[in-house]
Amino acid sequence: MADMKIGAYICKGCGIEDRLDVGQLVNTAKRDGKAAIGKDHEMLCNAEGVKMIQDDITNEGVTHVVVVGCSRRAKTEAFSFEGVHINRTNIREGVIWVRPDTDEARETTQEMADDYVRMGCAEAKFSKVPASSGEQGLTRSLLVVGGGLAGLTATIEGAKTGYSVELVNASGELGGSSAREYKRIPHKNGLQGPVDNDIDQLIAAVNDNARITVHLNTTITKTDGAPGRFSVELSDGKSLTVGAIVQATGSKPYDMANLPEFSPENPDVMDQGQFEAMVKANNGAIKKSDGSDARNVVFVQCAGQRSEKPGHLPYCSGHCCMTSIKQAHYVKAAGGDATVIFDDLRTPGATGEDFYRSGQEAGVAFSKGEVASVKAAGGALEVGYTDKILAEESTIKADIVVLATGQIPNSGPNPYLPIELAQAKEDKDDALVAKIEAELEVQPQPILNLNYRQGTDLPHLKHGFNDSHFICFPYETRRTGIYAAGPVRRPMDDQQAVEDATGAVLKAIQACENSALGRAAHPRSGDLSFPSFRKDGCTQCKRCTVECPFGAINEDEQGYPQYNEGRCRRCGTCMGACPVRVISFENYSIDTVGQQLKAVDIPDEFDEKPRILVLACENDAYPALDMAGMNRTEYSAFARVVPVRCLGSVNVIWITDALNSGYDGIILLGCQKGDNYQCHFVKGSEMAHIRMSKVDETLKTLNLEKERVGTYEVAITDVDKIPQIINDMEKTIGEIGMSPFKF
Amino acid sequence: MSEMNQAMIEKYRSNFLQEVEANVEEGHWVKMCMQCGVCSGSCPMENNWDHPPQELFMMIRANKRDEVLSSSSMWMCTSCYNCIARCPRGLPITHIMHGLASYGKRMGLAPKEQPTVKFGDIFWKSIVENGRVNELKIGVGLYFMNGFVQGIKNALAGKELGLAMMKTKRMNPMEYFGGHKCKDRSGIAKMLAKAAEFEAEHVAKFGK
Repeated sequence: MADMKIGAYICKGCGIEDRLDVGQLVNTAKRDGKAAIGKDHEMLCNAEGVKMIQDDITNEGVTHVVVVGCSRRAKTEAFSFEGVHINRTNIREGVIWVRPDTDEARETTQEMADDYVRMGCAEAKFSKVPASSGEQGLTRSLLVVGGGLAGLTATIEGAKTGYSVELVNASGELGGSSAREYKRIPHKNGLQGPVDNDIDQLIAAVNDNARITVHLNTTITKTDGAPGRFSVELSDGKSLTVGAIVQATGSKPYDMANLPEFSPENPDVMDQGQFEAMVKANNGAIKKSDGSDARNVVFVQCAGQRSEKPGHLPYCSGHCCMTSIKQAHYVKAAGGDATVIFDDLRTPGATGEDFYRSGQEAGVAFSKGEVASVKAAGGALEVGYTDKILAEESTIKADIVVLATGQIPNSGPNPYLPIELAQAKEDKDDALVAKIEAELEVQPQPILNLNYRQGTDLPHLKHGFNDSHFICFPYETRRTGIYAAGPVRRPMDDQQAVEDATGAVLKAIQACENSALGRAAHPRSGDLSFPSFRKDGCTQCKRCTVECPFGAINEDEQGYPQYNEGRCRRCGTCMGACPVRVISFENYSIDTVGQQLKAVDIPDEFDEKPRILVLACENDAYPALDMAGMNRTEYSAFARVVPVRCLGSVNVIWITDALNSGYDGIILLGCQKGDNYQCHFVKGSEMAHIRMSKVDETLKTLNLEKERVGTYEVAITDVDKIPQIINDMEKTIGEIGMSPFKF
Repeated sequence: MSEMNQAMIEKYRSNFLQEVEANVEEGHWVKMCMQCGVCSGSCPMENNWDHPPQELFMMIRANKRDEVLSSSSMWMCTSCYNCIARCPRGLPITHIMHGLASYGKRMGLAPKEQPTVKFGDIFWKSIVENGRVNELKIGVGLYFMNGFVQGIKNALAGKELGLAMMKTKRMNPMEYFGGHKCKDRSGIAKMLAKAAEFEAEHVAKFGK
């Protein structure tokens, strides 16, 4: 950018002036930071200070504003200038608040602040203002896959906002499992007991809505594109263009054939679905398989659920307690006796507790116990269980036994299995190869048929559910613009599915609107920057296409990456992966970080002033450091903290460069990885750990100790732990000595 | 009494919960217990009873009729009302306890050697005889309820107090022989007879 003009503005407020030589900081910005304008101000965030900056932008043509003062997480409204790059250099939480106010500390504190000013200016110098790519326009159309309660809700809610909705349903009838219910659990006033099934009203509303097109007996043969421009081909030959997708393919009951201890072969032993169908078919009468009236019905909760036994589901399916209470109501209404044997009765939702009461009022017997067996005994059934209140073995006779077997999601195949298989084969891990091959055998049919580099369907989180992260990604899946809703996302009941579908469809609409503007989805919502790559440098190694946690990058015929900006979450994991460093964002690149760490003044080896580079994840570690500042927790004056979008975006070149320029220690702070990951970008922290495990080689070739580089998993709450990590690194350097690479 | 017991067993066969609902004060609440155990944790008599309240409720549902009705648990209740105050389901647990005790007594199943049961007997006897409570007789009755020797020991132990009460005219030893009576003893007797009649009717109808 030829007409780049950096303006550095140093705030004197919040005690900065008392602790630091602000005049020197202005000079540093001008001399080392090459800032064309360097100014200080009593309180930069007040109207006058903001006006000073705005005036320079308007009158002096400042294009890159470096605000030196508080953390980037503070005063975001005040410092939001249109059309310019804004750098927030943190000398409040990051410097004066973490250093003691003593005469001895003054010199190193000033050095710290000077370095941050240099770093801020360097970052600004290599940043551009990102603009929308215009890769897709606004497509006000949604695809909903699955016509059960969640799918219908998503459809009608989407249509209500003015979007047109395409509803694809594999079967010939809408309503899914809800249509097979005799009665439903009330949404309000649980004390009234089960109420009439009114799914037909919802189906009618969907059928009558002019904005909704229903495709029955239809599946998806191919999905291509990105949010804002998905092109979908259907089995009936039709093609659709939609902005976003809601997958509400529901669940099926766990097969009770897997539970031989409960005599699943006996026709009077049923799962909840079969019992429901029987009652519906008999219009409320409870009939045994031989057609006679059933007097006693025993409901076995957690049948093959919440158990670590082989062949059992380890999780709670969430809806079964309420469903059993509802079905026990049927039995009481028909004049029979119902006993529910439960371990923990879980009745979620606003009506849950009252619905439980309604069951008790109706005279349903609730027994806390664990059922061990169901056996045929003289034309009836005998349920053997451990009574957990009376602590004794007991039996109860039953005409019908209903097993609450739980939910299995109707997911597509796990897209990562083939990749994991290839990796396992490469690693020659025969046991793992066999395990994955066995899993591949039982994978379901594809649902979305995504034409993605990374497989046909949504990645699974656990047990086949298409969730992503219950805290960091509400509603989001790991495929941007595709939202899982209902029990395909996680086990849930009807009411939760309705809520889930409503939320998911709003997220889908948000995805359409955002991608039309070129803006990122959660968690970097609103970010306009997107990755681009320099084709002449690319070696087609495919690492970016494999490592992208969101499957955003496809490959063209020659193996070059094909970015789909709409699918990208802007984490930079591809940038961290690229061995030839050709991937960059306008405002986040190898240079914006690389030049920052080079801008730091590295004192002579004999000055006894080591330098520690801290690459901190901006989502958790950096806020934790800010909080450490707020708590006035002191940490080493030799640390230089650079926030990164995700630890996954850390390119090894930064580590090599830092070591070569004489840094004595490097700390990488990321989020928890593994199965219970807390990484906002799913795989970033994990990728960083893998890459850094290979840094040992680099250290060896440089003849450096491996203690100099540490990668840590931290959480936003580790306010005391992170300063400790930094201080420990300073101590370690004291023990192993300074880096010999200082010039 | 045992006739009534037999009749109830016949009537309700294997459904003790229904029997409790029909015959025990506040018994219809028993089915609403959700077995959280807050009552048991709140009871100051913990470690002293055979069964905590929530376990009694479970035993009722499990048809353990004799065990429940002959249990000493509900006789231990001090009516502190902690359980009622804390029950998340709003069960009047204290009242159910008293209801169960009373019903167990009517069925002739209350534990014979339980002090509260004995006190109840003595109190009732006094009321039926005179139409009012004779404190001295009740006191002496309590002293001797565990046998003659123990009674003498108890009396000697309370000697100072007794003499002091006599000196200050708080207690008249002559009360033991006859003592105060209500004005219309035959009226009381008739009233109680009528109540017994109602009870018999109730039994004949087996509750509801």
